[in-house]
Amino acid sequence: MALSQDVVLAGIKEIVVEVAGIDAGLIAMDKKFTDDLDVDSLSMVEVVVAAEEKFGVKIPDDEVTKMATVGDAVNFIVANGK
Amino acid sequence: MALKFDQTTQNARILSVGAYRPPRVVPNSEIVDRIDSTDEWIQQRTGIQSRHFASADQSLIDMATIAAEIAIKRAGITADQIDSVIFATISYPYQAPSAATELLVRLGNTKAAAFDISAACAGFCYGVALANDMVRSRTSKYVLVIGGEKLSDFTDPDDRATAFIFADGAGAVVIGPSDEVGIGQTIWGASAESREAIVLEPSYLEYKNNPGKLDLGWPNISQQGQAVFRWAVYEIAPVALKAIEAAGLTPDTLAAFIPHQANERIIDSLAKSMKLPDSVAIARDIRTTGNTSAASIPLAMDALLIERPDLHGKSALLIGFGAGLVYAGQVVELPPKAL
Repeated sequence: MALSQDVVLAGIKEIVVEVAGIDAGLIAMDKKFTDDLDVDSLSMVEVVVAAEEKFGVKIPDDEVTKMATVGDAVNFIVANGK
Repeated sequence: MALKFDQTTQNARILSVGAYRPPRVVPNSEIVDRIDSTDEWIQQRTGIQSRHFASADQSLIDMATIAAEIAIKRAGITADQIDSVIFATISYPYQAPSAATELLVRLGNTKAAAFDISAACAGFCYGVALANDMVRSRTSKYVLVIGGEKLSDFTDPDDRATAFIFADGAGAVVIGPSDEVGIGQTIWGASAESREAIVLEPSYLEYKNNPGKLDLGWPNISQQGQAVFRWAVYEIAPVALKAIEAAGLTPDTLAAFIPHQANERIIDSLAKSMKLPDSVAIARDIRTTGNTSAASIPLAMDALLIERPDLHGKSALLIGFGAGLVYAGQVVELPPKAL
């Protein structure tokens, strides 16, 4: 069964809270990783690695650079996850 | 007819460690202007506050000689008892003869077997693996393993991806006979599909084949930081856990973790992935030493033993990883207090 947006967003929230120590309430689809959530490029790598493991999806480096918002990441995982 | 080879093995251990940091301390404030960065940014991304740079007239071998002499003295032996020298480096400025043979001359022992290994930031752990096997098989009794780098010679001070990372220094250990097993099995390998992630170029031939082409520039290290970070945090923790298991230990029975000092964020991530309890001392020499490639593990080992003398003789996981990409890890018993 394909992953739903809600499930992926919840998972991403958990990961960002764990990696960056950010309050889960601040994390939403329209939030920018760098500007709104203080997730720098290295933390972003950790988020991506954790998301790959959690959702069994491969996120190539060039896709990572395109992921400005939480929604970008969620949508990529929903579209490419199994 | 089968050949003869002595089948008995000899246990090995690290007998001593020696370290040398050049006196010139370079704080982030000296680096930031040329790369339009800040002290805060560098500390946040890498943990580095300052590093040491050798002076123009202080060579890699000058640094290595001091580290080696300290290690030999602490092992309670003399330089002429060293049977083999393994020199791990990527910054010796000659292709031949080797850095190891120049070191032999400086140590006054010109007869030992001597060679360099090119395994970048994993070089020291590759050297420990070889030295352990050499002592075990009785090919050598005392092996000097050096990790030494003068990376300031091969770092572009204007490169925003590397200028704040790399630094200079040398560390050495003497590996020799032991009653008990003092060095666990090495877990090593490569991810050579990512050879391009860290490179030192152009090659000699590019200069030869392009005479007068000035924009080739000086050969410097370049690095795809995020790709390397991703590889390190994803691929290295399982290797580390295998090395612990191979030594018959578990993460909670380890006394210390001395990884290659690449980036404090990688160190933190590895410790988290391996679920190391607070009881495990973690080397964070990178804060004041930067990334000294092959030298970083023996430098960090020496610093940790100064800070925590109770760790002499206790178990430590060493793990190196870097350009290649290559990696090697093993659990060792840290050297006893100097005689």
